[in-house]
Amino acid sequence: MTARAPAPHPVITFIVRRLIATVFLLIVVSMITFAIFFLLPRLAGQTTRGLASQYIGRNPTPAAVHAIEQQLGLDAPLPVQYGRFLRGIVLGEHFNAGTSKAYCPPPCFGYSFKNQQPVWPMMVSGLPVTISLAAGAAILWLVGGVAIGVISALRRGTLFDRFSMGVALAGVSLPIFFTGLIALELFSYKWPIFPNVQFVPFTQNPLLWARNLVLPWIVLAFLYAALYARLTRAGMLETMSEDYIRTARAKGLPERTVIFKHGLRAALTPIVTIFGMDIGLLLGGAILTEVTFSLHGLGLFTVEAIQNQDLPEILGVTLLAAFFIVIANLVVDVLYAVVDPRVRR
Amino acid sequence: MPDTLLDVADLRIHFPTSDGLVKAVDGISFSLERGQTLGIVGESGSGKSVTSLGIMGLHHGTNAQITGHIKLDGEELVGATPGRVRELRGSKMAMIFQDPLSSLHPYYTIGAQIAEAYLVHNQVGKKVAHKHAIDLLGRVGIPQPASRADDYPHQFSGGMRQRAMIAMALSCDPELLIADEPTTALDVTVQAQILDLIWDLQQEYHSAVIIITHDLGVVAELSDDILVMYAGRMAEYGSAEDTFDQPGHPYTWGLLASMPRIDEARLERLVPIKGTPPSLINVPSGCAFHPRCRYAGFTGGRSQTEVPELREVSPGHLAACHLTGDQRRKFRTELVLEETEASTARMTQGEA
Ligand SMILES: Nc1ncnc2c1ncn2[C@@H]1O[C@H](COP(=O)(O)OP(=O)(O)OP(=O)(O)O)[C@@H](O)[C@H]1O
Ligand code: SF4
Ligand SMILES: [Mg+2]
Repeated sequence: MTARAPAPHPVITFIVRRLIATVFLLIVVSMITFAIFFLLPRLAGQTTRGLASQYIGRNPTPAAVHAIEQQLGLDAPLPVQYGRFLRGIVLGEHFNAGTSKAYCPPPCFGYSFKNQQPVWPMMVSGLPVTISLAAGAAILWLVGGVAIGVISALRRGTLFDRFSMGVALAGVSLPIFFTGLIALELFSYKWPIFPNVQFVPFTQNPLLWARNLVLPWIVLAFLYAALYARLTRAGMLETMSEDYIRTARAKGLPERTVIFKHGLRAALTPIVTIFGMDIGLLLGGAILTEVTFSLHGLGLFTVEAIQNQDLPEILGVTLLAAFFIVIANLVVDVLYAVVDPRVRR
Repeated sequence: MPDTLLDVADLRIHFPTSDGLVKAVDGISFSLERGQTLGIVGESGSGKSVTSLGIMGLHHGTNAQITGHIKLDGEELVGATPGRVRELRGSKMAMIFQDPLSSLHPYYTIGAQIAEAYLVHNQVGKKVAHKHAIDLLGRVGIPQPASRADDYPHQFSGGMRQRAMIAMALSCDPELLIADEPTTALDVTVQAQILDLIWDLQQEYHSAVIIITHDLGVVAELSDDILVMYAGRMAEYGSAEDTFDQPGHPYTWGLLASMPRIDEARLERLVPIKGTPPSLINVPSGCAFHPRCRYAGFTGGRSQTEVPELREVSPGHLAACHLTGDQRRKFRTELVLEETEASTARMTQGEA
């Protein structure tokens, strides 16, 4: 008799299936992004020469433009170009812009002729700022928003509920530029509790890192916390009137257990999904916050790339953003399967 | 000496709302001995669930105003601290609900939900509680309980979910089990199985059981006593035999007429009592049933003006109606004749 391998846990099979799907999704996303950047301009009547000059940036010399055109093979069929792009990611690529020669080591997400630098390292250097900003803000708004939402739901109609829901309404509708500038004006200039906000790497000085990020965190988190407080409140009100809450009480569970283990557990499930989505899309919020506070992260990098019309940089950032969204989706799906047993099929 | 477990006296549960005071339960009294079953019957909205939730102390935290007495094993529950009632809930008294799917938490396994009920009232470890949950699942007739305990509610069939709910309710050997329409959400074939199960378990545990239903047929075989409720009040209260053989209240007559008959294979199951259930805010004056009662004109106007007291219609058998004993017997006989004629007519029609 041979022992049969035990069937893998349904969550594991689910994760493996979703991982495979994600790899395909990433390939498709990169193709579409690539097509947008390389094909659409041509369909719009842009010549390869015009395109090449955009790659270089402003005021290119004709020689340089020609060199880029050759180098990038902009007149080659699209699949060939895409293949070359993929090869660059894996193997790196040599660029020869006529006047300057450059090597773009793997992973090569393009070369900015404008800045005379490969795109990837520039993006990577901005990552710690953006990740610090995003992670701190995300924790702040998730914990803060959910806590306020739960208390509001349990004390519905009280002063606390009305006040926090009023503030939440303001939070949802106020733009980051506005709240950011107010925060800077009040807490950086008028009462300099957080003077000269600038990024200090965590590894260098964790305390200063946190202190300098407090304002950007609060400003970015405020927008989302408001939304999460409202969502949590609505979710809690709904779940606390469910039949299974009555069952939990009928068992004689302490009210604390009823609220957190049975009520919040169910109310949090949709929030997990939205949280994952928001993390994936966070670059948008990060851009505004980084601009407002002049933090040199990925957001500011994006803004500058667009202002300079630096196509390789924009392409790189777009791909990276798409990558984040796809990964966030994967994480959401997996989390969802963990929290909601009905999803695992 | 009767072994009384539950004694409810003049229980009133009112809800102040913006439309007015909802008198959901308005003066209910009954008592229940260990090993006995009480069936509470009444139309939708008559206050059956509010009564049972009141006994369980589950109106706590709402705006319910509760007066009267609920004595469980001699201990007064009306006005007891929420903490004390919580201790009794799930251990000394337990409840199963109408819709087992929505009553089970979708995100926890069946086993975990049963074990939780045991854990909260007993100083045991998780392993012991889980083992206990598996035992219970086996006892309520779930095949392969050890592996099914790890299933989630959505993986169970309707009947199995209700079995699991019963297992959960039984986890601490409650002395009082309240089943609020335990079979309404189930297939007809499963209904009988669940009722049988409750019956068997009651024999085994010698607990007191309250079964709540719309359907007199459900409680006919199971119950020792029957309480008929109308508009939050008692219409009739007596032994099951008396209530079926010589029902004393015109509303009960209506309920009996609407019972499905075994001797007639008819599709329209219910002959509903004409009219709609009354408002619980503006309860009709006098006898709350008078707008729908075809005998309201025979009481010399008292039905419209005077709330009928519960009176003995036979020893230990109470009904709240102004009709005299003679009137009652006369009308009841007429009604039975009428029904028999009608059913004979239907049967001959069916044969033709
Ligand atoms: N919290 C509450 N506030 C106001 N009214 C309530 C509340 N709870 C119940 N009621 C009212 O009390 C009445 C009795 O309800 P209950 O659920 O006890 O009826 P029921 O006899 O169980 O009916 P069903 O057979 O439909 O379950 C209903 O009219 C209901 O609207
Ligand atoms: S008191 Fe009057 S209305 Fe009420 S049930 Fe008796 S006869 Fe009918
Ligand atoms: Mg009910």
